[in-house]
Amino acid sequence: MQTHTDKPPQTTANVELLAAALGAFDSAPAGANPPWLKSIREQARARASQLGFPNTRQEEWRFTNMAPLLQLPLHAAAANGRGLSARDIAPFRLFADGPCLVFVDGMFRKDLSALPGNGGALKIGGLRDQLAANPRELETDLARHAACDGNFFTALNTAFFQDGAFIYVPADATAEEPVQLLFLASSGRPGATAHPRNLILAGKRSGLKVVESYASLTDAAHVTNAVTELVLGAEARVEHCRLQNENGRAFHVSTVQAVQAGGSHWISHSIATGARIARNQVQTLLTAEGAEAVLNGLFLGRDEQLIDHHTVVDHAGPRCESHEFFHGILSGRSHGVFNGKIFVRQDAQKTNAKQTNRNLVLSDSASIDTKPQLEIFADDVKCTHGATVGQLDQEALFYLRARGIGADQARRMLIRAFASDVVERITMAPARERLEELLAGRFDGAAI
Amino acid sequence: MLDIRDLSAGVDGKEILKGLSLSIKAGEVHALMGPNGSGKSTLAGVLAGRSEYVVTGGGVTFNGADLLEMKPEERARAGVFLAFQYPVEIPGVNSTYFLKAALNECRKARHEEELDAVEFLALVKSKTKLLELDPALLNRPVNEGFSGGEKKRNEIFQMAVLEPKLAILDETDSGLDIDALRIVAGGVNKLRRPDNAALVITHYQRLLNYIVPDFVHVLVNGRIVKSGGKELALELEKRGYDWILEGVAASGKA
Repeated sequence: MQTHTDKPPQTTANVELLAAALGAFDSAPAGANPPWLKSIREQARARASQLGFPNTRQEEWRFTNMAPLLQLPLHAAAANGRGLSARDIAPFRLFADGPCLVFVDGMFRKDLSALPGNGGALKIGGLRDQLAANPRELETDLARHAACDGNFFTALNTAFFQDGAFIYVPADATAEEPVQLLFLASSGRPGATAHPRNLILAGKRSGLKVVESYASLTDAAHVTNAVTELVLGAEARVEHCRLQNENGRAFHVSTVQAVQAGGSHWISHSIATGARIARNQVQTLLTAEGAEAVLNGLFLGRDEQLIDHHTVVDHAGPRCESHEFFHGILSGRSHGVFNGKIFVRQDAQKTNAKQTNRNLVLSDSASIDTKPQLEIFADDVKCTHGATVGQLDQEALFYLRARGIGADQARRMLIRAFASDVVERITMAPARERLEELLAGRFDGAAI
Repeated sequence: MLDIRDLSAGVDGKEILKGLSLSIKAGEVHALMGPNGSGKSTLAGVLAGRSEYVVTGGGVTFNGADLLEMKPEERARAGVFLAFQYPVEIPGVNSTYFLKAALNECRKARHEEELDAVEFLALVKSKTKLLELDPALLNRPVNEGFSGGEKKRNEIFQMAVLEPKLAILDETDSGLDIDALRIVAGGVNKLRRPDNAALVITHYQRLLNYIVPDFVHVLVNGRIVKSGGKELALELEKRGYDWILEGVAASGKA
């Protein structure tokens, strides 16, 4: 990574500038911004000002220079794409069946969405609509879990989000089909910024599978700053797959924050293939006994892409398990960053935490910075971590070629196998199959 | 079929093969024996196209073509098959997918039609029986979690599917118990045809009880120092390599 070019004295001004440019919510109808939320937003905005725009002298942003973002003519993405039809959307859906919420430039588009029929257990829709209709249902959870303290972008999202998805599965109910959330950027103007905000509530012993995907309809340098909060009740089982496949000029920042009650089970997949600079936070808080979190990840960098994953697994309750499994594949002059924090608090005895980050670096100019960060305050725990950085296995390559498979195809087979090792962990078959196709298409290209 | 003339080759500047010559005709099985470090596996590696070996002299033709000019995949497509001494585990690459891709590359090179999934599975089924290989193994990634014996059987199974003209078996017997050895050898024998050939590389004679060679060669210090019929292997079994090494030393002095 090059040394930073941002200048700290400007950052406060930047926040105000961003705020002025992006603070469109102030003009939203009062019903959509209840007093409790208004106060959270004000605090978040103040916090963003205090924190200032991140720079590479801050430990959390050491390898990820976000300064190029400030060179864009930033503005709140207007609700564009009025002319879009279901047919325009179809290619971006990961699979054809089941409920699908479509968001264009951050705003819910009911006309393009497929909602489940009445009578199902699932409550699903746009967050803005939900805020207007039934804000009390949101009061205990919305913007209560993704902390703004240390993250400028999360604070910015909290201050300025306008819409997103709301999903609620009541206790003991299981959603039959996976839910798709599709976020499309439609603006042709560079700097259009959206702050999607999603809230997913899974009641006790409920079951839910969600795919959240991000794509661009144009090749303009747009900005996505998304936050998803997931709240898992006791023994709830939630699988959450996130695919970020935005255009190569886009900037993508995201936070996924889960909060897990005892005995709950969360599987997260973060697949990142797009954007010029992407920073993803995947975080979970294991609050009570017997919760389990699985954090899978796959990032593919090519050209000048920078793809950063920061994970936080916070073991607060005893006898919880966490498994992190991240693979990076980097070609061209791309740069990958993986930072995995595991906290084991004093009461979290019998914790079992495991973290693995493996990276395939396919060119001399590509690079990866990987760092585990374990802070353990309990004494009876099992924590392991490991990171590897390497090239393709030459012996495997020779074996394939010695059976008649050409060098290029052999390389692609091995790269795809490395990616599949993560993708095959997705239990939603249609999503997994579509992803395998997308990846195969990418690996068949000249540059990975 | 295979003509090795005065071949010298080495690795990291160290010469291992020092003027090796060997001719193999269609229908023949040759055994190459020799003590550790004599260059047996180097020869297998050079013939299969391992890039770490540098050829410093001599040449190899395969059915008239310059084998050393060919890439590893071109050699395989031309009909050269190396059964690996240490088959590689390839996580994430499904065995069936891999072998179908390999077979169809070889068939394309032979101007034969590619097999579709149904035809391929029928072929695989008949060949797994030949090697008494559990077909379930083929749903796994290549060699992953296979036992030592399963890996070796899988090598011969691949050979049965790909139907090479020349099979080079590099210490295929190492690490095999007697039952596995019999199955592997039985597979090789069933694949013997008048139009193909095999080079069986081994340290021990016992494999040759099952795969009976037409010729036995003894490799010492990068050169073939003695050739004979199958009885030479038995003599080596009885007397070890020492008498040959002494003979080499004596002739070196003379």
